[in-house]
Amino acid sequence: MRRFEKFSGIVAPLDRANVDTDQIIPKQFLKAVDRRGLAAGLFHDWRFKPDGLEVEGFVLNRPQWRNAAILVSRENFGCGSSREHAVWALEDFGFRAVIAVSFADIFRINCLRNGLLPIVLSPQEVQAIFDAVEIGDGYSLQVDLERQTVADRREWLARFEIDPYDKRRLLEGLDDVALTLSEEQAIAAYERSHPPPYPG
Amino acid sequence: MGATTLFEKLWQEHVVLERPGQPSLLYIDLHLVHEVTSPQAFAALRQALRPVRRPDRTFATLDHNVPTTERAAPIADAESARQVEMLRQNCGAFGVKLFDLGSPEQGIVHVIGPELGLTQPGMTVVCGDSHTSTHGALGALGFGIGTSEVEHVLATQCLWQHKPKTLELRLEGVAGAGVTAKDLILGVIGRIQVDGAVGYVIEYRGPAIAALSVEERMTVCNMSIEAGARAGIVAVDEKTVEYLRGRPYAPKNAAFERAAARWLRLRSDEGARFDRSLQFDVATFAPVVTWGTNPAMVAEVTATVPDPAAYAHPAQRRAVERALEYMALAPGTRIEDIRIDRVFIGSCTNSRLEDLKAAAAVVRGRRVAKGVRAMVVPGSQLVKRQAEELGLDRIFSAAGFEWRESGCSMCLGMNPDILASGERCASTSNRNFEGRQGRGGRTHLVSPVMAAAAALAGRFVDVRQWLKPGDWEELRAAPKARPGSVLQ
Repeated sequence: MRRFEKFSGIVAPLDRANVDTDQIIPKQFLKAVDRRGLAAGLFHDWRFKPDGLEVEGFVLNRPQWRNAAILVSRENFGCGSSREHAVWALEDFGFRAVIAVSFADIFRINCLRNGLLPIVLSPQEVQAIFDAVEIGDGYSLQVDLERQTVADRREWLARFEIDPYDKRRLLEGLDDVALTLSEEQAIAAYERSHPPPYPG
Repeated sequence: MGATTLFEKLWQEHVVLERPGQPSLLYIDLHLVHEVTSPQAFAALRQALRPVRRPDRTFATLDHNVPTTERAAPIADAESARQVEMLRQNCGAFGVKLFDLGSPEQGIVHVIGPELGLTQPGMTVVCGDSHTSTHGALGALGFGIGTSEVEHVLATQCLWQHKPKTLELRLEGVAGAGVTAKDLILGVIGRIQVDGAVGYVIEYRGPAIAALSVEERMTVCNMSIEAGARAGIVAVDEKTVEYLRGRPYAPKNAAFERAAARWLRLRSDEGARFDRSLQFDVATFAPVVTWGTNPAMVAEVTATVPDPAAYAHPAQRRAVERALEYMALAPGTRIEDIRIDRVFIGSCTNSRLEDLKAAAAVVRGRRVAKGVRAMVVPGSQLVKRQAEELGLDRIFSAAGFEWRESGCSMCLGMNPDILASGERCASTSNRNFEGRQGRGGRTHLVSPVMAAAAALAGRFVDVRQWLKPGDWEELRAAPKARPGSVLQ
C-alpha cells in the first residue's frame, strides 16, 4: 500500500443515505480478476443508461466533478456486500477519501486496507460541506491525515477521529501481511496451544 | 473473570496477540473461499511467493456465478468461466480443497459450511462474503471480509481486528402460525433500520430464538449484516449439538461427545453485560414483505405501501420517494394488491431443506399463477438430493416451478438467472437493493412460504389464510433429514 499523503481535492456530493456497494459497483463488474480498471463500473447504473449513454445530471457526469478526489455522502455509506471492488472502483476513478456521517463496517475496513481514507464527520459538518459544494463549483478540501483535519480555503476546518493504529498504517503505507508474518512466533505458539480438534 | 458474554468468550479464545494501542490479532479457525472475491487474493500471494498457511483450514466452493441449469454443460459466460477456472487452478496450486461443480458437496458457501460440519461451535469463521454472519447460528463467530483480508488470512490464518461492541437482542414471546424466521429478522431490521447494529456483534437470545431450529437460526443470523452488524450469534444448545451429530467434518464418536460437552458451555453467563440491549415481543410480528430498496423498508402483508408524506424528516421522505419510484409503487397500495412476475426461492438466507419443505407444503396440489415464472434453487447439492428424496422436486415441478441446480443464482444475478428491467419478484433472498437481481428489476423480500403463496396467487397474499389448523405445527415438527444416506 502506498503512503497516504496530505492532498487537496475537489469534493463531489452524493446526497443519499445508505449507499450500498451494489450501487457503487454492480455485480457484472465482480467478474474481474484484477484490482485495476474498475472505474468504468463505478456507480454504473446511476451513471449510465441501459444504452450506455451517460445519465445527465448524475454527479460524476457533471463537468465540475469528473476529476473529484473526495466523495461526500450521508449515513451508512458502503452498506451491503463485502465486495472490495467498491473501494477499488472508487480509487480507480480517482477518489482518495470518502466523507460520510457513518460507514458500514466491512466497507470501512476495505477502505483502510487500500489507502482510501474513510472520514467520519458529524451530520452538521457534512451538511456544511454539502452547502459549500452547492454554492461554489469546484469546491475543494484539503485532507491532512497527520493532523486529522479537513479544511477549505476559507478557513473552514473539521477534525476527524481515526484509530491511531489505522492512522500509522496509512501514513507509513505498511504491508499488513508482511507485518503479520513478522509475528510468526506468536502465531505458531497459538497453533501449538490449540491442537485439533479445532477449536481447542 | 466475572460473567462474560458468548462473544467475549469467542473473542478471547482466539486472541493471538494483544498490545496496547493496536487491534488484536485474531486466529481464524475456518476460512471459506469462493470464486468471486478470491482471484486477486491468490494473485497477491503468488506475486509475493507466499504459500497458504493452513490449507487444512481453508475450503473453497463455486457458488456465486455458476449457472443453475444442467451441470454437465460448459459455462457459457466467458468471464464466469474464467473465474471458475481460476479458482480451480488456485486451489490446485495452493493445496486447498475445492467443492467443484461436479462435487456432491457443492453449494452456497454459507449452506455447505454448516451442513458439512465444517462450521463448528466456538470457531472463528471468515469468508469474502458479507453473509458469513450465517455461521453464528452454530455458536461460531462468523464475519465477512474483503479481498485484502482474504489474502491476509490465506497467508497468515489471522486477522487484525478492532473489538466490536455487543448487542443483546432478545426475542420474547411466541411467533404466530405462518410467521417464520425470515419474518422475525425482517421485522427486527424494520425496527432497528439498516444501520441499527453497525459496530456491534448481535447475540440473539430469548425464548423465540430458543424455539427456532438451527436452520431457522441461520436465516436470522444471515441477515445480521442487513442491520449493519459485524456478526450475529446464537448460544449453543442441544439443537446445535444434534444438528452437528453425524455431519461429515464434525468429530466422530467419543470425540463428538467430548466436543459437544465443550460446545454446550458456549453461552453468555448469567448476568453478563452487553454494551446495548434491545427486546421485542414476536407475538406482535406478522408475515412481512419489503416494499422499498433496502431491507428495512418492510411492511406487514396486511398493510399498505407507506406515504412519503408521513415521514417527518426530509431526508427520509426523499429516500422513500426514491424507493417507491424505483419500485413503481404508489403510496397507499395494499401489499396484497401488488402483482408479481417472478418468484425466487433460494439464496444463503432461505434455500435449506426446511425452507423448501415449508414452501412445498404451501405449493402441494396447486398451480403457479398464469404469467408468473417461479424458480426453486436449492442451496446445495445435498439439499437438492434430500429434497428429491422427499419428492419436493415433483411437488414444485407439478405446480409449474423450475427445479434448479445449486448456487447463489438470482440473489445477486451474477449468473444468467436475472430479472428483466421492470420485472417484479417475490424473493426469499436478503437484499432488495436497486438492480440487485438485474438492472431495473424490483425485488420484494419475503419468507419461503410467502414466496410460494405469491407464486400461486400471482400477487402477495397472507399465507396465514392458506394454512389449515395444525398445518403450521406439522410443518415445523417435520423430521429432519441428515447427511450420509441422505434421509436416514
